[in-house]
Amino acid sequence: MQLFPCPFCGKRDETEFSFAGESGKLRPALGDEISAQDWSRFLNQNGNPRGRTSEIWVHRTCGDFFLMERDATSHEVLSSHSLRKDG
Amino acid sequence: MGSGRIAGFGGQPISFSFDGKPYQGLKGDTIASALLANSLSIIGRSFKYHRPRGIFGFGAEEPNALFDCTLEGLTTPNLRATTEALQEGMVLRSVNTRPDAQTDRNSFLDCLSAFIPAGFYYKTFLWPDWHMFEPRIRAMAGLGRLDPHNQPMPENAQIAAECDVLVVGAGPAGLLAAREAAHSGKTIILVDAGAQAGGSLLHDAAVIDGMDGAQWADGIVSDLRENGQRVLPQTIAYGIYDHNLVCLWERRVGKPDRQWRVRADQIILAAGAIERPLVFADNDRPGILSAQAGLYYLKRHGVLVGRRIVLVSNNDQALSIAPLLREAGAEVTLVDLRDGKRIEQVHYRRKLEGVTISGTRHEADCLLVSGGYTPTIHLHAQAGGKLAYDESIASFRPRERLSGLVAIGAANGTFALSKLLREASIAGGGDGTIPQIDLPERGTGIQAMFPEPGSSGRQWIDFQNDVTLKDIELAARENFKPVEHLKRYTTLGMANDQGKTSNMNGLAALASLTNRSIPDVGTTTYRPPFIPVPLPIIGGKRRAQFFNPLKRLVLERVHREEGAVFREYGGWLRPAFYGGGDARETIQREALAARQGVALMDGSPLGKIELVGPDAGALADFNSYHRISSLRPGRMRYGFMLTERGVLYDDGVTAKISDQHYVISCSSGHVEGVAARLEELRQDQFDPSRVFIHDQTAQWATLIATGPRSRELVALLNLGAALDDASLPHMSFANGQFAGGPARISRVSFTGDRSYEISVPAGHADALYRQMRDQGEALGLTLLGSEALLLLRAEKGYLIAGKDSDGTTMPHDLGVAGPREKRKDDYIGRRSLFTDEAKRDSRAQLVGLTVEGSAQLPTGAHAIETKGGKRRSIGFVTSSYHSPHLQRPIALGLIENGLSRMGESIELFHLGQIFQASIAPACCFDMEGERLNA
Repeated sequence: MQLFPCPFCGKRDETEFSFAGESGKLRPALGDEISAQDWSRFLNQNGNPRGRTSEIWVHRTCGDFFLMERDATSHEVLSSHSLRKDG
Repeated sequence: MGSGRIAGFGGQPISFSFDGKPYQGLKGDTIASALLANSLSIIGRSFKYHRPRGIFGFGAEEPNALFDCTLEGLTTPNLRATTEALQEGMVLRSVNTRPDAQTDRNSFLDCLSAFIPAGFYYKTFLWPDWHMFEPRIRAMAGLGRLDPHNQPMPENAQIAAECDVLVVGAGPAGLLAAREAAHSGKTIILVDAGAQAGGSLLHDAAVIDGMDGAQWADGIVSDLRENGQRVLPQTIAYGIYDHNLVCLWERRVGKPDRQWRVRADQIILAAGAIERPLVFADNDRPGILSAQAGLYYLKRHGVLVGRRIVLVSNNDQALSIAPLLREAGAEVTLVDLRDGKRIEQVHYRRKLEGVTISGTRHEADCLLVSGGYTPTIHLHAQAGGKLAYDESIASFRPRERLSGLVAIGAANGTFALSKLLREASIAGGGDGTIPQIDLPERGTGIQAMFPEPGSSGRQWIDFQNDVTLKDIELAARENFKPVEHLKRYTTLGMANDQGKTSNMNGLAALASLTNRSIPDVGTTTYRPPFIPVPLPIIGGKRRAQFFNPLKRLVLERVHREEGAVFREYGGWLRPAFYGGGDARETIQREALAARQGVALMDGSPLGKIELVGPDAGALADFNSYHRISSLRPGRMRYGFMLTERGVLYDDGVTAKISDQHYVISCSSGHVEGVAARLEELRQDQFDPSRVFIHDQTAQWATLIATGPRSRELVALLNLGAALDDASLPHMSFANGQFAGGPARISRVSFTGDRSYEISVPAGHADALYRQMRDQGEALGLTLLGSEALLLLRAEKGYLIAGKDSDGTTMPHDLGVAGPREKRKDDYIGRRSLFTDEAKRDSRAQLVGLTVEGSAQLPTGAHAIETKGGKRRSIGFVTSSYHSPHLQRPIALGLIENGLSRMGESIELFHLGQIFQASIAPACCFDMEGERLNA
């Protein structure tokens, strides 16, 4: 059981969190001009890097999405940051 | 002769039985020590060859001494005799023996052993079919028997705890480390597998700070306890998980065991080491024990393991116990293998008679062996720690310390008392100062002695799984050279002792056979648990309702009073139908009555998710396949929510209260999912300060009146809202009052009849229900359960997302193509509706199925197409009912191209049966929708 640091609630069990996406992966903006390849990349492809990763997670019990850097190999949590403008 | 209790060692007697015969042990005995005290040598049979076996070790490493133990009518299989406290009235049964350990009738298998090496079953029972042979082979192999009556109640408590330092093992190293850590102000938890702290100090003669070792240990423990620290005896740290979480199994006598989940900043692993057997021909005979076991049983339980003992060792540590055994009255012959001596033959006829070593026969009733010590590094390795092979101890030890875990003492390959105490002091935060010790300083002086491939005789590597050196030779010959392959092919280390005594010898043999070094071969992966842990310990109370709690209606008690039969729908416990009669008849009756007069049902689980703020409309639009914000305030719209893959996720009705306030009523099983999805959109795609999401589902109860007389019923409630169809048309809502609080009256319909959904604060639900019930009496009100509702909606062809759609269904497959064709703005899933997949012309589409005949189609039946004699599925039945209104079966199905195949007749197949049906519109009742306003 990993402990993830929610920027608002502190360290909590990983079962309270859900993965929401790799950070920096933006939803392609509107329209048919989005190529099938771009859309497929958005839907299906993740970098899933070994080692240091930067991800968006949600702490489901408080509902806040935040940025977490962690090591996908060692499971070491390196940092977490609020995504709020005022956070 | 043989083993027995030494004179003068007394205690409170305890009666038990073994293989049907009564025996006595003493309070404080383990099962193993009690058996040895009774001179019981053969205590079981081996897994595969049914060889007679005796006790070998004294702790978690014991490979042979497993028993089915019956206590107070419940049988627990495969209990390890060395770690179980003897209890009054225990009934012990040897495992894998018929009728008992002494006279097992499958012992003939041992004579056939030459023909059943590793891989024998894989190679032999291929034809015609393994399953033909399996039952008889399984009956002859194996260990204990399960007792189907032994289903422990979920009463094992689970405790979550935190500490600065968790010390695993209360031997000299663990104790000193714990004391140092406690002195430096840390909170500690000290755990030990034994009932008494002290570890090796309890049987090894050592004087520390002028005290006998056991006394020194007791002093530290009581000091720790007095200072509020936790010391848990009979507790095994069986697994380490991410971020320094350690799971403990606390054994308790007379009380349910407990699981502890300890989160520790620092773990000090002081779990000691396990003595390895020596590998020679017939080294598995009863009467051959580990040298440490000989000392342990003598010092802890007053049991001398033999009267004429031959002690064979490749190290100093084991040889040093000889004087103690002699002192207790045994005749001891010392054999130091480092002098070049070899064990040539074990003489065994029903019992151990002697051993021939380098040409000399020694008479003996017990052979104590020591092949060196394997550090217990399981937690280090489970945590991802690497191991290094250390020639000086002929074993693996931790290569480096991990950030949150350090191994010390014997677990770190440090055996000399002064050295391991120094390690312990430093690990605990001390300066390395150690207590005064009085013990002849000795190292291990070990000379590696591993199996010698090619040597003669049957030499056991893994006692519990009957793996011999020949099996490892065979595996190497057949190229199973990686150690993990060796393990799977021979089952080395796969028994419930997980190879604690065998792995090191096995991989050393493989190294020698494949001309590699031991570190080149390496170890198999260490995984939790360290010892077998009963599942109730791990599961605790997390079963049934505690595992997956049902969501309950605020009116559950009222429904029960009405005689409701409850079933689970999407996680909610809801009335399926009312009254105790025949379910099918009742459901048909409820459905018929609902369309005739007025029916009342509880719709409280329907989602009520509020969107508030200047961007609420934009968020509702982006979330939905149908545009929502174009509604006029006071109106409602039915729509879909898609996933980004364009697949239907949920459907529901959204009400626009004002330009800045919407309420999404999604289906009851999807409330959490929809709320989470909206929250993600809010934070990811919108300005979170301009829209807020609030899931109010639990705060509001919803009662639904449906049927031609529903308006009459609602009118009688005097809710203060105009109910005429001009003021309150279908798909609109009005605000009223009930019992001094708000009431929202929505005209939406899931039955196809005129319906009113009345939502009030949950606290008013009971009063509203009773009033509707009372007022409805004159109107012939019927209570409507979920089953009849499901039937009514199927007559109308209204879909249930996830039942009448699957993970590929897009909105145009449901005949709802408008927004896909017309909407120009973006919404979730939009791009996916224009992929090649979405445009494919053979998509499964939702249609009705008109059945020929009176038999209902089985839900799940496949529609089939036969081409060239081959059947192919072209879809399946998603919903199937008997319609009381049409007096015939009705069904919905997802059928390839269904929407353009109206009227075509198709075949359906289910478990060998063929059905006929024709494709029809999904709606088969009141096609014009006139009843909505009837």
